[in-house]
Amino acid sequence: MGGYIEQPRFSCALAGQQTVLAIPRALPVVHAGPGCSGKVFAFSATNAGFQGEGYGGGGAVSSTNTGETDVVFGGEPKLERFVGNALRVLDGDLFVILSGCTSGLIGDDVVRVAQQYARDGHPVIGAETPGFRGNSYVGHEIVVHEIIDQFVGDVTPAVRPGLVNVFASVPPQNPFWRGDLAEIKRVLEGIGLQVNILFGAGSAGISEWRDLPNAQFNLVLSPWVGLDAAELAEKKYGTPYLHLPFLPIGPELTGKTLRTIADFAGLPAGPVEEFIAHEELVFYDYFVSTADFVADYRNMIPSELYVVGDSAYALGATAFLVNELGFVPEGIYLTDDPPENRQSDIRQALSDIVADLGDGDPVPRFEIDGRAIQDSIRTRLHGSTKALILGSTWEDYLARETGNLSLHLSLPITNDVVIDRSYAGYRGGLRLMEDVYTSIFKAGDIADTTLTRNKQ
Amino acid sequence: MAMAHPVRLDLPEVEVREQRLRATVSYNGTARDLSRRSKNFSLVNHERGFEQCSTCQQGCAGIAYNVRGAAVVEHSPIGCAQPASAAMGINVANAARGLPDQSVNVLSTNLSESDTVYGGAEKLRATVREAKRRFSPDAIFVLSSCAAGIIGEDIEAVTSELQDELGIPVIPVFCEGFRSKIWISGIDATFHGILRQIVKPARKKQPDLVNVFNFEGSDTFTPLLGKLDLRANYVISLADVETLSRMSEAACTAHICETLATYPAKALEQEFGVPEVRSPPPFGISWTDAWLREIARITDREELAEQVIESEHKRLEPLLETMRAQLAGRRVYIFAGDSYAHSISNMLLDLGLDLIGVNTFHHDQTTDGGLEEADSLGQLVASKGDIGNFSVCDKQPFQMVKVLKDLQPDILIVRHTNMAVIGAKLGIPTIQDGDVNISAGYDGLIKLGERLLTAWRTRRIFQNIARHHRHPYSEWWMAQNDPFLLSSEPVA
Repeated sequence: MGGYIEQPRFSCALAGQQTVLAIPRALPVVHAGPGCSGKVFAFSATNAGFQGEGYGGGGAVSSTNTGETDVVFGGEPKLERFVGNALRVLDGDLFVILSGCTSGLIGDDVVRVAQQYARDGHPVIGAETPGFRGNSYVGHEIVVHEIIDQFVGDVTPAVRPGLVNVFASVPPQNPFWRGDLAEIKRVLEGIGLQVNILFGAGSAGISEWRDLPNAQFNLVLSPWVGLDAAELAEKKYGTPYLHLPFLPIGPELTGKTLRTIADFAGLPAGPVEEFIAHEELVFYDYFVSTADFVADYRNMIPSELYVVGDSAYALGATAFLVNELGFVPEGIYLTDDPPENRQSDIRQALSDIVADLGDGDPVPRFEIDGRAIQDSIRTRLHGSTKALILGSTWEDYLARETGNLSLHLSLPITNDVVIDRSYAGYRGGLRLMEDVYTSIFKAGDIADTTLTRNKQ
Repeated sequence: MAMAHPVRLDLPEVEVREQRLRATVSYNGTARDLSRRSKNFSLVNHERGFEQCSTCQQGCAGIAYNVRGAAVVEHSPIGCAQPASAAMGINVANAARGLPDQSVNVLSTNLSESDTVYGGAEKLRATVREAKRRFSPDAIFVLSSCAAGIIGEDIEAVTSELQDELGIPVIPVFCEGFRSKIWISGIDATFHGILRQIVKPARKKQPDLVNVFNFEGSDTFTPLLGKLDLRANYVISLADVETLSRMSEAACTAHICETLATYPAKALEQEFGVPEVRSPPPFGISWTDAWLREIARITDREELAEQVIESEHKRLEPLLETMRAQLAGRRVYIFAGDSYAHSISNMLLDLGLDLIGVNTFHHDQTTDGGLEEADSLGQLVASKGDIGNFSVCDKQPFQMVKVLKDLQPDILIVRHTNMAVIGAKLGIPTIQDGDVNISAGYDGLIKLGERLLTAWRTRRIFQNIARHHRHPYSEWWMAQNDPFLLSSEPVA
């Protein structure tokens, strides 16, 4: 957490409410000022390509809407009654009381209130998520930690070989979390694992979380978010974990990732290789079918790559676009504000998975100030109109201004509707190719020579 | 309506609406009863046993984002600062008005845990200086936040020190979310800062200029006022600091909504001698007539106004007849901000629709000027009669779902983002009427009718959503008879 920020790329720790909502039939109870929940929703879900309120999110989130009296006299007694009524009015399987800045500063104890209800058998936990504690990624970590600690709790695991819990995305701070998790689950099942995906429509909801201690291992597909949960589960249940610091995108990285996972899980190689071979057959059949287009339109397809996004997605996307599609990396801007002690690992991971960082700018920059990112890109472009900028809506403006192309990879996204889009795995790689190549027509009509019309 | 207190521009803060206008967020009854009970301020706010997230005044204070050439510093944790949607919306509005793009210049101090312990004043100074460096703004608004308020940051001291240092207005906006349940209190706070630190005494009066307080909406008022040879001075969204400084030079102040702007209108009248237009806002035929007549009276164009009104009525009549025939018999419900809900009500009744109920997000029991002519609820009841199923609550979908399920309107009109979904999920053709300006004036009626017709004709998608949607409320709650059960007192 540094200094001032222009063009914020994340919300605050209270965005942990979106993590709660990503679990089927789990509901947040926000103990914060009247606008907090709505602001978090607007940034995290609406500005993630209009992902919507889902079941009990958006305007339906219960909130104590802390007022002046609560700030002066304390809001805990009111919260106690409030949670009782929330349990009567709402139909949910898990309730997470989240504190905001007001309650965090006046010292209301949301965990104590939660425990009062939990003792009577209600599925209620508390999480300290005041905005000043950190960003959306931190809020996600806090919520997941508290669910494991307070809700899943101290149980003796009955380990089932082949069962894996996946910690791979911060919903919807990763705007493609829904599609990504579906693809991750698909490929893990493809190599013979059983998967607790934990979030999204593919999750069974709280029964999956209850099942979490029984996993053979935990899988963290992210440079830093998720490690806390894996470490907690190791401590509590003795579950080992595998940490891969990127989201796999495209066949090369996905195949490598699946082999590493299979090896860790001790899966028989035969079926794993068979699955990978089949996926690659399909992928490369499509891939080669784009050769005509790529060759005819080589002059029109951008070649310089700028990536603005969180470290998990930026690493995987850069690897695919450079290694497999021939882009030249020019700038990589990581916006998730990883803890300092993780930053050198992230740099290392990037150079491990990207074949050729070329003579561009091989050093990923950790930058949370949007203006600093845009100034850097503008300088590096040197007037070029051959760039593809993966980023947020802010980068759309930059691309338009500089005559380049842009594609969405990170929040905020205010001009695009995201449903099941995903760039993860095999299917995601194809989708990314489709979106990259289609984007050249966004700038105007194109002739298969070197001419365009309306390029801004 | 009782006379309200004078505007106090000598004080750094304006009182929130609960205190200033005795605003309330809970009522259930009829329009006439609400209007009558407001006259002696007999409505009170209750502690609520359960509620859903509202909206805060800090967000509304963000109307300062829309001032062209200004910068905004939010002294807050990062979650409070939300410029992305505004940045897009503002330039869509600029295009609609034929104006050049403007950038949204927002910096957050990004308050962290250690700032809450050791104080953030130094960070605030650094951020305001950086805002000056980055944006070269003509003014800087500094918005407070819950966190800054509770840790006791002295924003007034810092802004006044930096105003001297930077040589531009550095305006403190006191808008801590917890201080008010009436989110529009935050707009009052920003207006207050503009009136104190930007508006100058008139250098030269502009007798054909009419201040129009509005949001970033379409350009309805240039043609409408143009018929009277008057110019619309759109404030404050999309206007630059220089334009704001000259609001004092206008012939009079009008607005699209008493809820939005009776505070600055009163201040401009009291402190700068610019008369406030004494009329309900120009929505629906009779209110548009009254509005034009009042502006014409102030600007000495009464004869011209009568000619305009006569020819506009003549032009409108056949269009209106066709529209009424197409909409005949449709039952409509309104879920919108206080005064604007009254304005849409007035239009719907002009369109011959069956208005079966209204919920406003809050209710001011008076306005800043205390003018009877600008009391849109009183005017509505006086001209159109009583409206049943009239309630007040600050969004609260758990209540609205029950109200709407019970009333089953054919069409729902909502004015607030993320609330139209309530209607959609109940299968009710719903429109989110974000742009207020488009409905103003005579043509506004026809345009509103067209939007309603489109919602009605495309209703299959709403019906499909309703078939596949599950709401998060318990059977117990859905079985309760009174939707407002938990809003009056806590249940045991």
